[in-house]
Parts: sequence; C-alpha cells; structure tokens
Amino acid sequence: MTFRAQHLLGIEPLHPTEITTVLDLADQYANDPGSPKHRNVLAGMTQINMFFENSTRTQASFELAGKRLGADVMNMAMQASSVKKGETLIDTALTLNAMHPDILVVRHPHSGAVDLLAQKVNAAVLNAGDGKHEHPTQALLDALTIRRAKGRLHRLSIAICGDVSHSRVARSNIMLLGKMENRIRLIAPPTLMPSGVAEFGCEVFHDMEEGLKDVDVVMMLRLQKERMDGGFIPSEREYFHRYGLDAAKLRHAKDDAIVMHPGPMNRGVEIDGTIADDINRSVIQTQVEMGVAVRMAAMDLLARNLRTRRWQAMEGEGVMV
Amino acid sequence: MTKTLFMNARLIDPVALTDAPGAVLVEDGIISQVFDIATPDITGPEVVECKGKCLAPGIVDIGVKVSEPGERHKESFRSAGRAAAAGGVTTIVTRPDTLPAIDTPETLEFVESRANIDAPVRVLPMAALTKGREGREMTEIGFLQDAGAVAFTDCDRVVTNTKVFSRALTYARSLDALVIAHIQDPGLSEGAAVTSGKFASLRGLPGVSAMAERMGLDRDISLIEMTGARYHADQITTARALPALERAKRNGLQVTAGVGIHHLTLNELDVADYRTFFKVKPPLRSEEDRLAVVQAVADGLIDIICSMHTPQDEESKRLPYEEAASGAVGLETLLPAALRLYHAGQIDLPRLFRALALNPSKLLNLPSGRLSAAAPADLILFDPDAPFVLDRETLQSKSKNTPFDGARMQGKVLGTWVAGEQVGGTA
Repeated sequence: MTFRAQHLLGIEPLHPTEITTVLDLADQYANDPGSPKHRNVLAGMTQINMFFENSTRTQASFELAGKRLGADVMNMAMQASSVKKGETLIDTALTLNAMHPDILVVRHPHSGAVDLLAQKVNAAVLNAGDGKHEHPTQALLDALTIRRAKGRLHRLSIAICGDVSHSRVARSNIMLLGKMENRIRLIAPPTLMPSGVAEFGCEVFHDMEEGLKDVDVVMMLRLQKERMDGGFIPSEREYFHRYGLDAAKLRHAKDDAIVMHPGPMNRGVEIDGTIADDINRSVIQTQVEMGVAVRMAAMDLLARNLRTRRWQAMEGEGVMV
Repeated sequence: MTKTLFMNARLIDPVALTDAPGAVLVEDGIISQVFDIATPDITGPEVVECKGKCLAPGIVDIGVKVSEPGERHKESFRSAGRAAAAGGVTTIVTRPDTLPAIDTPETLEFVESRANIDAPVRVLPMAALTKGREGREMTEIGFLQDAGAVAFTDCDRVVTNTKVFSRALTYARSLDALVIAHIQDPGLSEGAAVTSGKFASLRGLPGVSAMAERMGLDRDISLIEMTGARYHADQITTARALPALERAKRNGLQVTAGVGIHHLTLNELDVADYRTFFKVKPPLRSEEDRLAVVQAVADGLIDIICSMHTPQDEESKRLPYEEAASGAVGLETLLPAALRLYHAGQIDLPRLFRALALNPSKLLNLPSGRLSAAAPADLILFDPDAPFVLDRETLQSKSKNTPFDGARMQGKVLGTWVAGEQVGGTA
C-alpha cells in the first residue's frame, strides 16, 4: 500500500499506485459504509469544509464521509462570511489554521486557489474543486464506479462528452484515466473544447455518433450554464440535438457501455431523462454512493500521513513518545 | 573642468557594432574622446581603471512604472532611481498609469519635480494619450509635450474606439509626438491570465490566443498608414506578429517595437504551480514564441528591450492566479537577464546595447545611448560573466516582485555614471 501525499490537491501529482491504493480502500468502505467500526478512524480529528462556491452534493458527501469516520465536522459557508468583508484567502487560511483543524476540505471558484491555501496551513487539504482546474475526489469516485462495473480500470475506451472546456471534472478524469492507461475520447462542440487538448493524448471528436463508437464508458458532463459568459453554443435545444445523450446516440457505444454523470443533471440538455433512469445503463446513483466511500478513503489515508508527520516532528524535537 | 579617463576597458559600441579594447575620456559630463587603445598616454585626468571589463552606454528603459503619485508604498522616485542606478539604467522613461493618471501638465510637473529631487538617474516622463486613460478624449498633447512629456501612451489599456485613436494619432502627428500602444485585441484578451494552449488548459486558467497580439498590431498599423503618426508598439511577444511588423517597416511607416525582458527570458511553463510573480501582461508565451522574439531582437526587427518594471506589493500578488495583479519589477535584473541571451550565443553585446541603449535614445531623440564624442557620459561598467544567485530581498525596489528570485544569473554592474557622476556601483 502506497500513499505518500500530504494533501489531495489534484490527480496530476498522484502516482498510479497511489490511485489504486485509494480505490482499494474505498472499495472496502463501499462494501460496509455505515459500520460503527469505522467510527474511530478520524476520532478526535476536526474536519472543516470550506466552500467558497455553492455546493450541496459534494459538501454533503464530504460531511457524511467525515462523520462516518468519527471526525468532528464543521461546515463554513465562505460566501456569506468574512470573504465578503474583503479578507484575502491567505488571511482566511491563517485564521483557520489557528483553530488547528486536521482536515480541510476546500472548494474555490479560482483555479489554483486551493494549492495556495494548502501552502499556508498545517492541516491535510482536500481539493473539492478549484475553478476549472481539478476535482480529484470526483475523478476517483468515477474510477471506482467504472472499476466496479467493468471489473478493471485499464484498456477501456472512455468517452467524455460535453462542456470539457469549463469542466474540472473532465480535467481530473483525463489525468486519472490516462495514468491508468485507458483510451480517452473527448466529444464536444469546438467552442467547448479546451485549447491544446490534442497534446493531452486524447482523441478529439466534434460528432457524438463518431466519438461514441464502441466505447465502454460514456461520461456526460454538466453544461455549466453559470459559467457561460455568453455565446458558446447557439441554444440549449440545438446542443441537445447534437450533443445530448439519447438512445439513438448511445446505440453507437458498446452494448454493455455504462452511462455516467457527475450531477446535477440538466435533463433534456445534456442527457435524455430515460437514459439517466435506465438501471441497465446508468450508474449515476452508484457514483453518488462511491463518492462517500472514496472521500472516506482519501481522508483516512491523508490522516494516516498527517499522524506520521506529527509523530516524526515530535521525535525530532526529542519528545518522549 | 573635471576630466575622467575610463581606461583599459572593453568598449561596447552599439553604433559601430564593435566590442574591442579601448578607453573613454569624459569632460564635464560629456564624452570628449574615444580611444581605440586601452591605455592612452594622457596626463591630468582622474582615472577609472576598468580592468578589461565592459564599458557601455547606460541603459535607457522606456516604460518604467514608478508608483508615484498614488501608490508610493510600491515604488517611489527615490527607490526606483536607486534600483535603476544599481541595474545600470541611466535614463528611466516613466509610465503614466499612476493614480491619478499623468494626463495634465500639472500632474506631469509633479512627476518632474519629484523625480528631480529624489532620483539619481535621468527621469523622462510619458503622458497619457487619453484623459484618465479611458480611451474617450485625447489629452492636451501639445501642453504636455511643452511640459516635457517624451511620449504618449495609455499603457496596458487599448484605445478601443478607432475613431478616438485615429484622431489622437492625427493630432499627435502634427506635433511629431510619439505614440506608444499596447497591442492586444481587447475582446479576445479580456479576462485572460495566461496564453491559451496546453498549459492554460492543464491549469484551468483563462487564456488568450497569441493571435490577439497580431490583431492589435494589424489594426494599429492600418491606422498608422492612415494617419502617418510616429508609433511604437510597447511589447511584441509572439512569432505571429513579427511578419506584420516587418511589412510595416518595409513600407516605410514610422513604426518601431519593443519587448519586455521577461518575454525574452521566460516562457509560459515558468508559471508552473500558479506562481503569480510570473504573471505579466501580456502573459508569458510559448518557447517557440520566445525564441522567435529573441531572434527578432538580434536581427534588429524588434528595436528595443525594456524592463516593463511594474512594482506590485505582496498583497496584490498573494492571491489566486486569476485575481493576482500583473507585472514584475525589472530595473535591477534587466541587464543580467538580457545577458542570458548573450551567454546563450543568441546575440552579441553591441547588438544587445543597440536594443537597450541606442535605439530607445534614437526613438526619443536623445543624445545618449552612444559611446562617441559629444554624447553625454551616461556609462555603465559591468562584468558580463560574474555569477550570482538573485535574492529578491537585496533589491533596491520597494516592491520585490521579481520572477528571478533564487535564479542563477551572470553579469554584474560594477559602476553606473550619469553625466560623468558615479551614481551606482563601487568601481
């Protein structure tokens, strides 16, 4: 078992064996999520969820994961707090640091903001999404969902479809699935495809039917309406017609292809409701379930490393332990 | 009558494009004679023994931001002047993007009086082209010119209204005033923090296509063709803009261009993990662009290298990348950074000083920038090889926002003279 990271800021710095370690542990938690025997894993530790950007689902998932492991969990709605009074991110970080939390879960609207905060605190920091950069726990839960459904996480053909350009979920997934040696196909209108993406080692398609041909996994992305500063696509209905996942388009994928979506879904924009509800194809509910397990595993591993670091620091100071 | 002989020097002459042993005699702040022998046999003058190190005309840096008035905690004329003297810059040409903007003869006079009191080097102010740099009404170009403004620029703001810009250019032409512009298509570059491409996508940062620069230049060149004004593009940083510049020059337009030192020595990958000290405007480019621009300086297509000295305090830099302020200080690192190109074999020293001293002087019709009789004795003595590791805390600038903190550099200024008076160094 290998997991050396101090923080979970993104998928990019992780080694494939570290990813496998998280997934293996998450698998165990997923089989027995509510068991009271997990209650002492984070006992005595304080977890603070700082969300500078609205989130219900991710925050609830992290909160539940922490509580199941016995942590004291506190939620701070940063949008309503001192940030509005002009406090800088670093001052916020220093203030929090003085409260000695053990685990910080942070979401921020700007790329790189969680990295910046992590440099200033002693706690283990988990990135719950920073701007258009990364959302590592989402990629890990997607990976676990795929592994459980397909029996493996390598040599699969995986299509990521939709608003790739504004999506941190897509970036983290491209990193993770690439590290695990899968074939990644990106499908989006050219206006929603990030620049230089061909250099990521992905295949790029602007046509759903062509892109979905014989894939094992179809990963849909939310069309992030709140991020659109205007004019990326002509209209929602044209988008649904050309890029929305419906039965006709899904027919081009393999017969046993699974359908994923990070939520919340816009039914009738990027995905047809009947596909989302098709229990034979859709694993969307499983993704939510795996989300809690993956977050339990990530916090468990980071807490182990945190304890080791503190232990070593005490030994370094010559304290009898 | 004071006489000083700089003997046993390696003379870097950007006019003759030579690099050879020699000596320079200075009388009353003016170069009176240049010798092609290292130890001329004259008696009387005070002697500066150069020990075979490089003697070159002092750097003329166009586009220095001194944060007076408005943000004196970031940089004052005193600190900027000291930084310049330490960096071998003998003339700083200041930007008007202060608070308030330098857009009236009265504010310009404030700048001149402050500079005269506090700065040990020559300070020449530029003034805004439009009132408040808002791109709506032109400033009093004539009065400002009379009061000493050497050029007119709205700095990093593009005058988007082409009617306003063309009228300002037409008016400026009647006074033979130089207009300096920032060439970025404002629509494409809006909100951008980095250059678009793989790196921008990896980091999830908003990017601008390198094409925005060529679009800005193309537009401006059309307006220059229309108005005949004297025009300088502050920074050309991409390969794509170079053919347009070359065409404009070939067609006989009065167009020149500069480039900031950071775009010549760094590329977009240096931003790495959101290092905001590397956030400049325009953003750092790809390595291909950097190399193309270095070549253009060596060929003389790009006329001028400047520091784009932009002091920012820690508060405005210690922010998430998108929110952080742009700009880097550069007065003290301009020469050692530029010498990286020399050490890489990309440019020789005379051509480097053509871009650092001679061309900016010519652009502003100044007698400096030359190593010849009758030129002012604005000189620097430097050792191009002396190695050091830059520690930003040692900078004279009040703001320490340099991207070169901890960098290994080569090239130290041993002495700086303005009108024959030593203002920096210990030689």
